[in-house]
Amino acid sequence: MLWVGEPRGEPYPKLDEGNSTLSRMDEIAIQFAVERLQARYVACIDDDRLEEWPAFFAERCRYQIISNENYSRKLPIAVFVATSQGMLKDRVAALREANIYEAQRYRHLVSSTLILENVGGVVRAQSNYHVVRIMQDGATALFSTGRYLDCINLTGATPVFEEKLVICDSRRIDTLLAIPL
Amino acid sequence: MPNGLDLAWPNEGVTRVPYQLYTREDVYAEERARVFMGATWNYLCLEAELPKPGDWRSTFVGDVPVVVARDTDGSINAFENRCAHRGALICHKQSGNGARVSCVYHGWTYDLKGNLTAVTFQRGINGKGGMPSDFKLTDHKRRTLRIATHAGLIFGSFASTTPPLEKFLGPAIAARLTRVLPPNKTIEVLGYSSQILPSNWKLYAENVKDPYHASLLHLFFTTFRLNRLSAEGGIIIDDAGANHVSYSKAATDRVSADYDTADLRVKSDRFRLNDPSIIHGRDEFGDGITLQILALFPCFISQQIQNSLCVRQLVPRGLGETELLWTYYGFADDDAELRELRLKQANLVGPGGYISMEDGAVGGFVQRGITGAGRDTEVVEMGGREWRSQETRATESPLRGFWKTYREHMQL
Repeated sequence: MLWVGEPRGEPYPKLDEGNSTLSRMDEIAIQFAVERLQARYVACIDDDRLEEWPAFFAERCRYQIISNENYSRKLPIAVFVATSQGMLKDRVAALREANIYEAQRYRHLVSSTLILENVGGVVRAQSNYHVVRIMQDGATALFSTGRYLDCINLTGATPVFEEKLVICDSRRIDTLLAIPL
Repeated sequence: MPNGLDLAWPNEGVTRVPYQLYTREDVYAEERARVFMGATWNYLCLEAELPKPGDWRSTFVGDVPVVVARDTDGSINAFENRCAHRGALICHKQSGNGARVSCVYHGWTYDLKGNLTAVTFQRGINGKGGMPSDFKLTDHKRRTLRIATHAGLIFGSFASTTPPLEKFLGPAIAARLTRVLPPNKTIEVLGYSSQILPSNWKLYAENVKDPYHASLLHLFFTTFRLNRLSAEGGIIIDDAGANHVSYSKAATDRVSADYDTADLRVKSDRFRLNDPSIIHGRDEFGDGITLQILALFPCFISQQIQNSLCVRQLVPRGLGETELLWTYYGFADDDAELRELRLKQANLVGPGGYISMEDGAVGGFVQRGITGAGRDTEVVEMGGREWRSQETRATESPLRGFWKTYREHMQL
């Protein structure tokens, strides 16, 4: 089997009561679907295909980049928040048309994806991320680390984020944050 | 040279600014002594961040670590965050509560006035060791700051010669601060963020003092007519030139031919927001002002952009690096809609903000650009050669006021 070892400690993944009949194969399928979505998501950003980025989200969605400091103290201010796919499109349009920032790109590394909950194919998952920023002159530096807390709808033809919370480990942002995480 | 710096200010005065001010370590060290620890009022934190007796916070005056505390009797004190014993930070956490603070290194303990109240093993152990018998706790009180408050803001000054805060602010600036921090409102902190600027602190201080750049560098603004220089607005500078406020009313924007002929990178009206809610604010102060940027010498900024309210503190982190600390706030009586506006409109500001992200980079462009500039200078003549209030924002008048004040403190 693909599954190595049994979950330890807390029952994992935590399955909703209504879905307690999910089989081990379903768990593998969900894990696979979520990880593949994460891979496609970060490839889209790292390949500078930002115009495709809003389509990873549901029409009504929540995308929020927030420091762990604010998140853990329940302070609501985000570095960036969008409550609709339209706001994500606006972000891309602003980055392309209006905002001035030095040419740069990211390399995302996403790992340790945990499926926290599954309610009828709407899955909550947590993943770690690590983003390296590469400036036009080649200067390469660790830009941000943190975790994604995602709510992903797997019931449609393509999985979409209903919610993506990007919780940055540090409140410090070097120079500026233009490209999404 | 009274300050010992081998640096002559150009004869043209404040319309010329030597680039050496951004690149010389000796200037940076003099600034610590003459500006930050000199006769200036430095923002420490909000009163709302010290709500209870015993609350304290670690903060900075320039790059000098300071503890600011609400004493058990309710008064506010501040003292240098450096243990009398071996110089370690007394408070290494961001904030805490208690009648005493102790250095973790050897446990020397202070009250919230900065008095040394206990030295661990002062009498030794079992009669052996300990401090000499003539050691006096009272000889080691921490250097304290004078404290003054206005509109819920706490300021500290290391110098005894600093004029009273009201005099330093001037009545016009004080009133504009009260406008966005009304005394009848209870302030609620909504969150923090921090931006590391790859430049000397003065390059950001200048940026804030420069209304000329706002609608040219920040095209998001221009594109959505949030703050074009053709909107009604102006500049108020206090009598001494140290502090200024720039304001505008987006609703008054008239079509100006000057905009169409200026070679802007983006023409208006080409670009529409799918979700315009972030640029439609509420006139919560009832005066139609949609933008107010207020800066106090040397390192404090208050900002209202639509309904996004914020205070910013500049903390130098060395000659070529500066931390910009953003504290976002609202009021306890905000209704749900207004609170939601504040959170959404925070997208406009901060390190990822549509209309402020460029400010993080542009100081770095200057810092890199002036490598090898030698005795070359900036040219600061937009709006004339004076520093005074003006009914236009096509001016660098506040910048000249900043340099006038800077020169006085630095004796340059």
